[in-house]
Amino acid sequence: MSDNIIEVRGLKKHYLGGKVKALDGVDTNISRGEVVVVIGPSGSGKSTFLRSLNLLEMPTDGTINFNGTNITDKKVNINLHRQKMGMVFQHFNLFANMNIIKNMTLAPTQLLKKSKAEAEEKARNLLKRVGLEDRATAFPSQLSGGQKQRVAIVRALCMEPEVMLFDEPTSALDPEMVGEVLEVMKSLAKEGMTMVVVTHEMGFAREVADRVIFMDEGKILEEGTPEEIFDNPKCERLQNFLAKVL
Amino acid sequence: MDALNTFFLGFKEKFILCFIDDKRWEWLVEGFLNSIIITVLALLVGLVVGIILAAIRSSYDKNEESLRIRGGIGYHILRFLNAISKFYITVIRGIPVVVQLMIWYFVIMAAADDIPIAVVAFGLNSGAYVAEIFRGGIMSIDNGQFEAGRSMGFSYFQTMVHIVIPQTVKSTLPTLLNELIALFKETSIAGYVGILDLTKAGERIRGITFESVLPLGAIAVIYLVTVVVLTKIVTVIERRLRRNER
Repeated sequence: MSDNIIEVRGLKKHYLGGKVKALDGVDTNISRGEVVVVIGPSGSGKSTFLRSLNLLEMPTDGTINFNGTNITDKKVNINLHRQKMGMVFQHFNLFANMNIIKNMTLAPTQLLKKSKAEAEEKARNLLKRVGLEDRATAFPSQLSGGQKQRVAIVRALCMEPEVMLFDEPTSALDPEMVGEVLEVMKSLAKEGMTMVVVTHEMGFAREVADRVIFMDEGKILEEGTPEEIFDNPKCERLQNFLAKVL
Repeated sequence: MDALNTFFLGFKEKFILCFIDDKRWEWLVEGFLNSIIITVLALLVGLVVGIILAAIRSSYDKNEESLRIRGGIGYHILRFLNAISKFYITVIRGIPVVVQLMIWYFVIMAAADDIPIAVVAFGLNSGAYVAEIFRGGIMSIDNGQFEAGRSMGFSYFQTMVHIVIPQTVKSTLPTLLNELIALFKETSIAGYVGILDLTKAGERIRGITFESVLPLGAIAVIYLVTVVVLTKIVTVIERRLRRNER
């Protein structure tokens, strides 16, 4: 068995009976410890691809193996596998009715059956790491966007996931807050976390990614190291795309 | 002065005739209590029916796509239940409640006691409205809250219980209390099928004494005062909820 944590084969997501093809046959592997950044124009299917990995989007066709289990098989309990896949959203999605510490301890206490004290200790340590230990009892509405996203990242880490999925984590942030979130993600990557990141932050992709995937019209058009993708793009679509965003 | 005196004397006489003689005020008390009992019990029936219908309808709305792709019997059961719920809500909301009441009284429950008939008729009627209040509340919560819960590994049910429903309580409670007030006023048609509610009590006094002003005035004031008090309570609760928002 290879050290692929995720193997995607022939992934398709069609809407309206096939008229709209958000994903049109995606094949790729993600190996343990790898940082994969997915780029592409809007509507290219990159978010759909990411959200398919934990079945927030149910694929129309194809398979996804996670830790060797085909999670698209309907006999598989997806909830157990999702515990091992942290996800960070564009709009943070902190639970609005809970304070920060409760946001972070809900899943570990309910799903992993950790004691409240144990879960809170871990949560506080993680908060300290992102410089928000003094906001533990604040509510999400009292935090800035950058703070919310940092909390969202450590909330996902509380479940000790094996892979982290980031869905445009900085797209909803004011420009001056993008840096603080990217810093947290960089330090996570340095620690060896497996990460799949959909982003428009080309600087981040170039600096942190082990591999960059370029998607358009529901397909992977090109993939490679950041150097290959940014300095020596082969397909015309990617060249056009880079000319516009860089 | 004389005219005024005559008026007051006349008023006093009429007051005694309408409310004191033969202890007619007792009808008003009994009628008022019956109105309250019917309202409260019907609301409880309405809550149970409404929660069940709303659970079916919103489960269908939220899971339709993924269940359809995965297939299986669960999808067909949920689809069937959803169709029944929709049909129920359409029928109930499309028929005047007084007609429903008469159908229950003269057709379906012809042998039953008065008050249980009213409770069933008003309760099942109210259930359709309560269902839409709850469903509206659930669907108004940002889907990101739901997705964040599911992405951590919470099941659909756990996500609803821990994350979505607590947030809907706040938004639906005032609307629900307004439904209670509307229901209380609606019960004034119970007299159509011979139930002694507050309105019927007034009518009975009017029929015996041939006095219209005092009995109708009395029940109008009692309804008004009750509604004003209930509205006041709603306002206080709304304010409390808003204060707890942060």
